[in-house]
Amino acid sequence: MREIRVSEVADAVRDLCIEACYDLPPDVVAALQAARDKEESPLGREIIEELLENAAIARRDRVPICQDTGVVIVFVELGQDVRLTGGSLEEAINDGVRRGYKDGYLRTSVVDDPIFRRINTRDNTPAFVYVRLVPGDALRLWVVPKGTGSENMGGMKLLTPAHGARGIRDFVVEVVDRAGSNPCPPVVVGVGVGGMMEQAALLAKKALLRPVGRPHPQAEVAALEAEILEAVNGLGIGPQGLGGRTTALAVHLETAPTHIGALPVAVTLQCHAARHAERSL
Amino acid sequence: MASKTVRLRPPLDADRVRGLRAGDRVLLSGVIYTARDAAHKRLVEAHDRGEPLPVELSGQVIYYVGPCPPKPGQAIGSAGPTTSGRMDPYTPALIRLGLRAMVGKGLRGPQVVEAMKQYGAVYLVATGGAGALLARRIKAAEVVAYPDLGPEAIYRLEVEEFPTIVAIDAQGNDLYAEGKRQYARQA
Repeated sequence: MREIRVSEVADAVRDLCIEACYDLPPDVVAALQAARDKEESPLGREIIEELLENAAIARRDRVPICQDTGVVIVFVELGQDVRLTGGSLEEAINDGVRRGYKDGYLRTSVVDDPIFRRINTRDNTPAFVYVRLVPGDALRLWVVPKGTGSENMGGMKLLTPAHGARGIRDFVVEVVDRAGSNPCPPVVVGVGVGGMMEQAALLAKKALLRPVGRPHPQAEVAALEAEILEAVNGLGIGPQGLGGRTTALAVHLETAPTHIGALPVAVTLQCHAARHAERSL
Repeated sequence: MASKTVRLRPPLDADRVRGLRAGDRVLLSGVIYTARDAAHKRLVEAHDRGEPLPVELSGQVIYYVGPCPPKPGQAIGSAGPTTSGRMDPYTPALIRLGLRAMVGKGLRGPQVVEAMKQYGAVYLVATGGAGALLARRIKAAEVVAYPDLGPEAIYRLEVEEFPTIVAIDAQGNDLYAEGKRQYARQA
């Protein structure tokens, strides 16, 4: 049994919030550079160049890449041989978010009640936390600040088995097409297939944690990702939706077992500021 | 038609705005105001109750942004555009009050475009997600209404050559639709 103090988790979350919002990950930068070199639209190339310059300024001046520093999604893989001490894990994560958003001069974007009051909590809590118990004695954290411009354009459809891979492709293309310029293309498309509704949605989000453009380890899934990417980039939406070949930088698809009569598909769109940061404790 | 670069300083008159075409580059200087979801709701509700608005909108420009807080020494934190479509339910009412230009990103609904054509207004876009870059063109920022809304308060911004592109002009030409048509591949 290994002991980890929850204050260590809080400190890590604080740092990861700031790091994610200031430093566009190298995989995303590389994907943008590759897209710039391939983009046929002159305006599209100019926009991608601006995004790269923006990322460089944010990194150098220690300021947020985008003002929508998002809600904080935290994925935790908790080794079952870890004993957490010194308080509640969830409170520690929220404490980390609170400090990260204050110390990093990040925008607070959470409202307390979604329907009636909609009052800003002013410290960007609560974080949206997903904990999974795994073997071992490590604790691994992923912090994903997620903005709403892209989030609002996601979609879900409960397909049936007869729809198959083609139905999945067509639905993803439909979601990206309808989104148009709203999610700040070029986007990363997270797709979750299988499980039930809630699992498909969570898989789609987790698909965003994969380094941008790294194909799925299973060959037939990777081939479907490539096919969907080509179809999406044929839409012509382009950087910022002003026309071009680069509508998406990557399509990441994750699967899970499902019911004999089901084929749920969830699609989440991540803007080009595909922020994620991780740390193991 | 070839696009042109135009320098504008609010207040703007209808003729000037009607001369802009989708695809033109517009560099904004001078004073513009911010407003996003919650501020739009309050503005329109105040107007519906017959109350005076906290800012005079005639001839003005609204930038859809909720900025990050400034670090010491900064005028404003990162400040790129938010998705404009969420403001669509409120926008025709503000255009009727004289709003001449909106700065945001993303698609607009037909009712907004109709109001733009009828009253002479233009929809400008700035690069979404380039908040660090765009903040450098904002020289001063001050909350002028609804401070309780935090990042959604109305700010008065002083900008210098703030870079935008005309996405939808006062004739209803739409750069999003044109650009997509040009680069779409037949399935």
